[in-house]
Amino acid sequence: MLKKILILFLLAGVGLIFFDLFQSYQSASELTTTAKYYADNGAKEVGAANLVSAIVVTYRGLDTLGEVSILFVTAAIISFVLKHKPEEEDKNRVIKPASEILNTATVFLTPVMIMVGIYIFINGHLTPGGGFQGGAVIASAVLLIFLANPKFHLNHSIIAFVESISGVAFVVVGALGLIMAGGFLDNRILGLGEFGTLFSAGALPIIYIFIGLKVGAELSNIVGILAQEQNIKN
Amino acid sequence: MEYIILITGLALILMGLYGIMYIKNIFRIVIAFALFDTGINIVMVTIGYLRNGMAPILDKMPTEGTTPAIVDPVPQALVLTSIVIGLGVSALMLTYVLKLYEDKKSLDINSFKDLKW
Repeated sequence: MLKKILILFLLAGVGLIFFDLFQSYQSASELTTTAKYYADNGAKEVGAANLVSAIVVTYRGLDTLGEVSILFVTAAIISFVLKHKPEEEDKNRVIKPASEILNTATVFLTPVMIMVGIYIFINGHLTPGGGFQGGAVIASAVLLIFLANPKFHLNHSIIAFVESISGVAFVVVGALGLIMAGGFLDNRILGLGEFGTLFSAGALPIIYIFIGLKVGAELSNIVGILAQEQNIKN
Repeated sequence: MEYIILITGLALILMGLYGIMYIKNIFRIVIAFALFDTGINIVMVTIGYLRNGMAPILDKMPTEGTTPAIVDPVPQALVLTSIVIGLGVSALMLTYVLKLYEDKKSLDINSFKDLKW
């Protein structure tokens, strides 16, 4: 009882702070100095129509490298914690087959979903989206496969291959910027091209393709490990 | 409009906080953490809002000396990072929930007293 009262008390306190925040909030009428710099020069310097992509991949590309590493470490920890020997797997486990609708939808939708994911990360510098979003769409296609067939075996060697190759390529493209352009992850190692076309923004789309492949592989791996957990004998 | 979104974000944070402290089922606690996360992301994006600003995606190269009428792109880039980290944290917590369930065959937070004294 005392605990409940304390929780309510704390929530009321936090709510009071939020109310104060809400009352003093007023949407800005002009950009801050940093944002103004990006708005004025982002398109000229990076050549990307999507300024968020320009910031994520070029201006703050090092943060993105760290972010991708965090995802990698997460996937590694999950596969370490949920490690099982193959003989622990319950071969006799009977699974009710998925419904006709789910099976047909999986056959139809999986290629389309993977294609949409690839489209999203290839066009990350022009439209909303990018490597992380495209990778998440690809992983949702893998999740759909697991929903239809829980005993599906994901080929871990292909996933590890794609993941490590794209991770290395990301760093190599970044290091090329150190030699051929202004600094690490500078996208001007290739021509900036015509603004707003697919082949523009220098190396930015290339980096985003590698990020997309890496994130897609990592999230698929996480989904696969979590899905295989139910095949283990208890 | 931005006030409605700000209220939604703050309310989601409060709901998440309530869930983290009050709910007994550990699966639901993970979902409460995800709610908390979403609320913070919404508030961050709202803070970067500019009155009458467009999405930070340009349709043509801005002419010299003019600033395009866009919202602040920096919070959006930060929220992109934050969403990915939140996803990683959720996945990790779900893994630990699976392990804890394997150990005690229970999802009630009160049955895990090993670190309590």
